[in-house]
Amino acid sequence: MTKPLLSVQNLTIDIPVGGGTLHAVRGIDFTLDRGEVLCIVGESGSGKSLTSLALMGLLGKRISCTADQMDFDGTALLEASPRKMRSLRGARMSMIFQEPMTSLNPAYTIGDQLMEAMLLHENVPRSKARARAIDLLEKVGITAAASRLGQYPHQLSGGLRQRVMIAMALMCGPELIIADEPTTALDVTIQAQILRLLVDLVREMNMAMILITHDLGVVARVADKVAVMYAGQLVETGPARDVFSQPLHPYTRGLLHCIPQPGKTARGEPLGTIPGIVPSLVGEVEGCVFRTRCEHAVPACHAAIPRRERGDHAFRCVHEDGHAPDDTRAKEATDA
Amino acid sequence: MLQFILKRLGLAILVAITVSFISFSLLFLSGDPAAALAGETASGEDIEALRRLYGFDRPMLVQYFDWLASALRGDFGESYYFKLPVAGLIFDRLEVTMLLGVCGISFALLVAVPLGVAAAMRPNSIIDRLALFMSVAGQALPSFWFGLILIVVFAIKLGWLPPSGTTSWQNFVMPTIVLGYYAMPAIMRLTRAGMLEVLNSDYIRTARAKGASEVRVMFKHALRNAIIPVVSLAAVQMGFMLGGSIVVESIFALHGAGYLAWESIARNDLPTVQALILIFSMFYIVFTFLADVLNAWLDPRMRSS
Repeated sequence: MTKPLLSVQNLTIDIPVGGGTLHAVRGIDFTLDRGEVLCIVGESGSGKSLTSLALMGLLGKRISCTADQMDFDGTALLEASPRKMRSLRGARMSMIFQEPMTSLNPAYTIGDQLMEAMLLHENVPRSKARARAIDLLEKVGITAAASRLGQYPHQLSGGLRQRVMIAMALMCGPELIIADEPTTALDVTIQAQILRLLVDLVREMNMAMILITHDLGVVARVADKVAVMYAGQLVETGPARDVFSQPLHPYTRGLLHCIPQPGKTARGEPLGTIPGIVPSLVGEVEGCVFRTRCEHAVPACHAAIPRRERGDHAFRCVHEDGHAPDDTRAKEATDA
Repeated sequence: MLQFILKRLGLAILVAITVSFISFSLLFLSGDPAAALAGETASGEDIEALRRLYGFDRPMLVQYFDWLASALRGDFGESYYFKLPVAGLIFDRLEVTMLLGVCGISFALLVAVPLGVAAAMRPNSIIDRLALFMSVAGQALPSFWFGLILIVVFAIKLGWLPPSGTTSWQNFVMPTIVLGYYAMPAIMRLTRAGMLEVLNSDYIRTARAKGASEVRVMFKHALRNAIIPVVSLAAVQMGFMLGGSIVVESIFALHGAGYLAWESIARNDLPTVQALILIFSMFYIVFTFLADVLNAWLDPRMRSS
């Protein structure tokens, strides 16, 4: 069996804050093969973006990041020298950010910024980088690509800028793309277009992608694998089909219950909500972090939580099937 | 870009015309120029004669256009005190002042900008604190005191540099330091603040995500955006250095235009004062215009607005 492109074990990110340590990411594991799309789902502040920045080596110096393993194609990312990391970033792994409006440098043309990564990493003449930039701009659906190269970011709309960001991430033909909520800041009509485009390109170029989102509709359409993140932990991971058809963790079920599903959600029926708020992650956190909002909570939730596996599908819960044994009402509600 | 430059140029010319009118009217704001010229013991007839001789009896607007037309040809009239053409008088002195101003602002920029960048790269580090100390000291030290200390140490005690005069480049070392040191704190703090803000922006993260080196991130991506307010500030300070270097010029006995302005005000030498005010204002206008053009080149968003 070939080794996965990316494998992460026990990734932990701590941020020093006034009066303690914020345990933002607490021991997460996942792997990703070439050509696979992994969606990391979770609400704001669950540590999704920090995880992606950790992979890119872009966490600031103040943030401490440890892992038993964080390998990208045989390179241990945490031990790699800054120079080694620079040679990976933008070349073999690249990132698309959430904010297209502010993620481009206002002082340089689109062309300069597109060509930069290629000129930095590959020993190619400008003319070749320029040809590649035009080629990619056309690929991401920008018309009059050659004339766009001389334009500045402020002359483009948000949707166009995000297309430019995607083209920029693809310049060196990376093996891994990390897209951190790439469509959140865009109009709903543009969101679907951009996402479709991104996924098509990833499939076409056989790249691996980590797509970070809080939109389960997006996940259902594009993911091979899903990782549900809650308060710094992956509470459930598995093939997208399994997670959607058989959500095991109470949080995943709660999330799925929050979105309308064609044919399942009756007209006029109120959508579900998850009561309560995400607990503070400052200081030591023990047991299941979701227990304060969980309708299946039992005293045992305060103790260490086992990781349960059913083939590729894994979750963390005290209950064997994610349900409290005596809570038949809740079971019926989710089975219905 | 060309359209932007033309627009700014038009504005600059309008400002220049306004300023020229104001500096001309100064002549009349300070009382009857003929009486001032004639002195306290002059008779009424003498004053009248002088009034006709210098043309003060004509309507003010006629006098203004007459004065402006001569000024444009480089003729600023004759100094009441030196009895010499003002133009020649000023241009001799202007050379010293310009040299001092250019050296002073260059020194300030060369020290303050790298220091500001270094301080922003490592906030609260030793470099940051040292830079803060230097800027507080620069803000607090009066230039006449700092200048005298330099003379005592480097000219008298060590004998490395001449204390005064304008005979060689060595004469300009200490004045440059004193003048530049005065402009440094603001430039340094503004560079630091600008860099700190820019370094937190999303496009810096994008540059890092592309694999750009720290040096490239700092100087190509960050500094270009952070330096924009510094350019405007430096232009104003350069203008100030030309007109306001009176203290430094007198300490080091550099007889520049600033010193001449001070002397001429004391002597009521109105044509000289008028011409100096006009020339200093023009420098201000030119520097501001150049700063605007430079900023438009640095930040494309300014060109379209």
